[in-house]
Amino acid sequence: MECINAKYVSQKISKTRWRPVPAASLQQPRSFATGSWDNEANQVCVWTVGETGMVGEDDELEGDPQLLCECKHGGDVLDMQFLDQDRLVTASSTGAVTIYKLHADNQTLSVAHAWDAAHHYQRASAPCTGVVCSSPDVVSVGEDGRVILYKADQRGVVRVIENADSSTIHAVTFLQTTKVLTVNSIGQLKLWDFRQQGSEPAQILSLTGDRVPLHCVDRHPNQQHIVATGGQDGMLCIWDVRQGNMPFSLMEAHSAEMWEVHFHPSNPDHLFTCSEDGSLLHWETSSGSDTPSFLQGRNTSVMSRSAAAPAGGNQSLISAWLNGDSSKGRLETTHMLPSQTLSVNSLDVLGQCLVCGTDGEAVYINRRVPV
Amino acid sequence: MEEVDVEPTTTLIPGVGLKQKHVGFEWGPGDILVYETNFKLQGAGSGGPGFPFVHVVRKDEDIYSPILRKLFNESHHIFVGLQNIKDDMPSKNKKPQFVSVSKNYRSVIRACMEELQQVAVSTQDTSLVAQYSNQVSILLAIELIWNLCEVLFIDAAPAGILLLHLLDWVRLHKADVDEKVREVLQSESPTHHHAYWEVVISFVLQGRMDEARQILMKQANLQPASRPIYQLMDSLLQKMPIFNPGSTQTLTEFDVKWRHWHEECDRYLQDNSFASNRHLETICKILVGDEDTMLEHKELLGTWYHFLVSRLLFFHPTVKPSELHYYAQSSMDMFLDSRSAPEPLDSILLAAFEFDLHQVIKDCSIALNNWWFVAHLTDLLDHCKLLQSHNLHFGSNLREFLVLEYASGLFSHHSLWQLAVDYFDHCPEFGRVYLELQIERVPLETERKALKVLRICEQRQMNEQVRSICKIMAKRALSNNRLGSALSWSIRAKDAAFATLISERFLQDYCTRGSFSDLDLIDNLGPAMLLSDRLTFLGKYREFHRLYGEMRFTEAAKLLLSLMTAKIAPRSFWMTLLTDALPLLEQKEVIFSVDQTHELMFCLEELTSDNSETKPERPAQDEDIESTKLELLRLALARNLAMAIVKEGTVEA
Repeated sequence: MECINAKYVSQKISKTRWRPVPAASLQQPRSFATGSWDNEANQVCVWTVGETGMVGEDDELEGDPQLLCECKHGGDVLDMQFLDQDRLVTASSTGAVTIYKLHADNQTLSVAHAWDAAHHYQRASAPCTGVVCSSPDVVSVGEDGRVILYKADQRGVVRVIENADSSTIHAVTFLQTTKVLTVNSIGQLKLWDFRQQGSEPAQILSLTGDRVPLHCVDRHPNQQHIVATGGQDGMLCIWDVRQGNMPFSLMEAHSAEMWEVHFHPSNPDHLFTCSEDGSLLHWETSSGSDTPSFLQGRNTSVMSRSAAAPAGGNQSLISAWLNGDSSKGRLETTHMLPSQTLSVNSLDVLGQCLVCGTDGEAVYINRRVPV
Repeated sequence: MEEVDVEPTTTLIPGVGLKQKHVGFEWGPGDILVYETNFKLQGAGSGGPGFPFVHVVRKDEDIYSPILRKLFNESHHIFVGLQNIKDDMPSKNKKPQFVSVSKNYRSVIRACMEELQQVAVSTQDTSLVAQYSNQVSILLAIELIWNLCEVLFIDAAPAGILLLHLLDWVRLHKADVDEKVREVLQSESPTHHHAYWEVVISFVLQGRMDEARQILMKQANLQPASRPIYQLMDSLLQKMPIFNPGSTQTLTEFDVKWRHWHEECDRYLQDNSFASNRHLETICKILVGDEDTMLEHKELLGTWYHFLVSRLLFFHPTVKPSELHYYAQSSMDMFLDSRSAPEPLDSILLAAFEFDLHQVIKDCSIALNNWWFVAHLTDLLDHCKLLQSHNLHFGSNLREFLVLEYASGLFSHHSLWQLAVDYFDHCPEFGRVYLELQIERVPLETERKALKVLRICEQRQMNEQVRSICKIMAKRALSNNRLGSALSWSIRAKDAAFATLISERFLQDYCTRGSFSDLDLIDNLGPAMLLSDRLTFLGKYREFHRLYGEMRFTEAAKLLLSLMTAKIAPRSFWMTLLTDALPLLEQKEVIFSVDQTHELMFCLEELTSDNSETKPERPAQDEDIESTKLELLRLALARNLAMAIVKEGTVEA
């Protein structure tokens, strides 16, 4: 906890995202973007941490994030994602989906393209609640129940699934290049395949009987069938979309809405969640008992599992997250923030770096995440 | 009318009241709305068209400053931490905690001040610079008062230690000495710098003897001739006893030692040991506590409270808290004699030295345009049990009153309202009422915001507000023709009436379009279906269609019949249900048994007899269709009955 840097930024932060680093380089990310909400004038800001060329020195940790550039954003930033190193896509409460371009050399941020009121009702615009990018594809979802597919380089809209959902879609993630998964406010996961015509999902998964809204979804970076979701009751669910209707495991994580869940992109045995209850959790699972755990559980929360291990599967191929055998699989959780009362709205993790933003108008950065 | 403490200030609103018009106003939580009226004293004649503007007049602009927002956010965190300090902890352990909380508050103020200073330096806009430096000076004053309150009330140091704390207080707020000494030391020949002696004397006045000696040594080294008197002064400064709270020394022992030293200084002054050097003589005069000499260096002291502390240092270092007010008053009188009336800050500090807490809080409330300071300070003092006896004749107690005022101001802000919730939580008497009234008025632009507000209400069991927020969201969804969302919200609100309304809409849509919309929702109602009868019917009716689609005719028929016989289906929908039965009756296989067919017939008769009683005039065309439908149904029912009797008879035989 001592290596956490806090910065008050005078705006409630709804989203934080690390700017991706070139795949070839082994560098840690050095800049991130934030989006604000509930302000009279909302903003997208890009920040840098640490001096360049100081890698490995202790001074690096003392670097307060510095504002690099900012740009106005119409409406609350409800979601945000980097399309590539220089382009950023936001979802707005005005229903717009906007691509911002970061000019790295002269350190400015400008609007490259906007799909205004992409999400709308018959007469008014509808908030766009989520975007996901897999360059050049961009998919957005909204309170109007639409799923919209764009190409970053084309002005028009490629595909709209009208009435994809009768309730609000809260989040979306890519499963494969043509498949996305959405979660909605009545606790369903819907799998969409853009190769299929019509407005019927390819598959619907839900916790039967429970209508607890789901707020976030993330896909396992290596195993595309494994998906984590977080819901209004703070429950973390791990799903195997190939297998049936039920989640693989259910874990009590937070005492209020879970706003985001993220697998670590390069070390997916680690998972991070943040919530309205003001906490940020680091989850670590180890597939075998021989793996030493260097995280001494400082604050292990209660967890339970519902499903049993799949019969007869090859253990080594099964993800640790699906390993229901509790004698072998171990799961440890650690609180990553000091006591906090206001909601942690967003988090992002890349390499050893984690950034999160809160309603307390603070951004926290940890650059020594033990992964 | 009660008397006012200070004359209210006049605020000019540009463009209002130009034509002798009367001004109307409306109170808000943090501001007032002002408008011109058509009211005239005599007669009701309208004075021409009214002015088309409503002006918002704000008392507190600071809440909109981006830098001060950090102050509000960080102090919120400290505030919540303070409320969580356990009441049952022994008071001995509490004091250090309260002092550390107080220091945290002050460090937040300092951080804000530094940032404001930095920004002020880097901006070009002169009006902005003025605004920033104005805010800096306010924060400086706030920090000064807070620090003094910390020393006097929260830490409540006894005699001996008290002076040490006061010295720290003065040193912290008179930091320009350090800048000056740097300037002097960096010059080519420090000893000849014009500010050289000012620095030495400033150090002595602040009781920083070691630093004074170091600077003096430079001069001594250059003047071998007068070295003895420099050495004498050096030893005097070195010998000056300083109370050490950590040692075993008692206060009396210290006092005796100090008196010895004091007499020694006095002796050297009397025998003119320093007569050859007027600067050293001045220092020696200060050491014996000569007030006139100190007052000669007013510009080095800067303020009367610096004078007070220096005076105590060389005159009465074992001053007791109860004696402070006497010295404070006289120091102020001596220091300010030439100037006019004391400023608000002076009287606030004086009130603090007099241990008149309520006067401090009252004066601060009047002098500052923002409740931040008084609310947090009063809250902290209340936790230290220093405000118990005081009750107001309005509201509850002083602490709660001030915290509520501050929180209401926050709540009127478009973004900081979330912070206010925790403040309301810690106002036991009226906090909840305030929160209930305010939370319903938060504008809900997105569902996410609505969910956040709902969470706040649900955590506090504010069921009334939960219902109202869900209803707002449900109505909005309905007006946007999002039936599914609307139904979800009314299920969450457990609002049966609204759920019925939406179910009706679903059924209407079905009747006009012949198919259901939003199947993903209706198929997954689960236990929520029981919220209202109409919703139950909607769910069950959809289930009938699913069974029918899956060719499970017997089950479908049973369900359809039970919808009517159990009175789940509204009467107006029976005709549709009976029409739905038609294809089942027309199947080759017999689906409805004899009994079931009888029941269907009974339902049909009940419906038609009802209809004939209260029959409004209908277009003839409709009448035709209705009667054809009836005939068809009767025919189908009769045929089915015949087949069923045959079939059941056959089986028996």
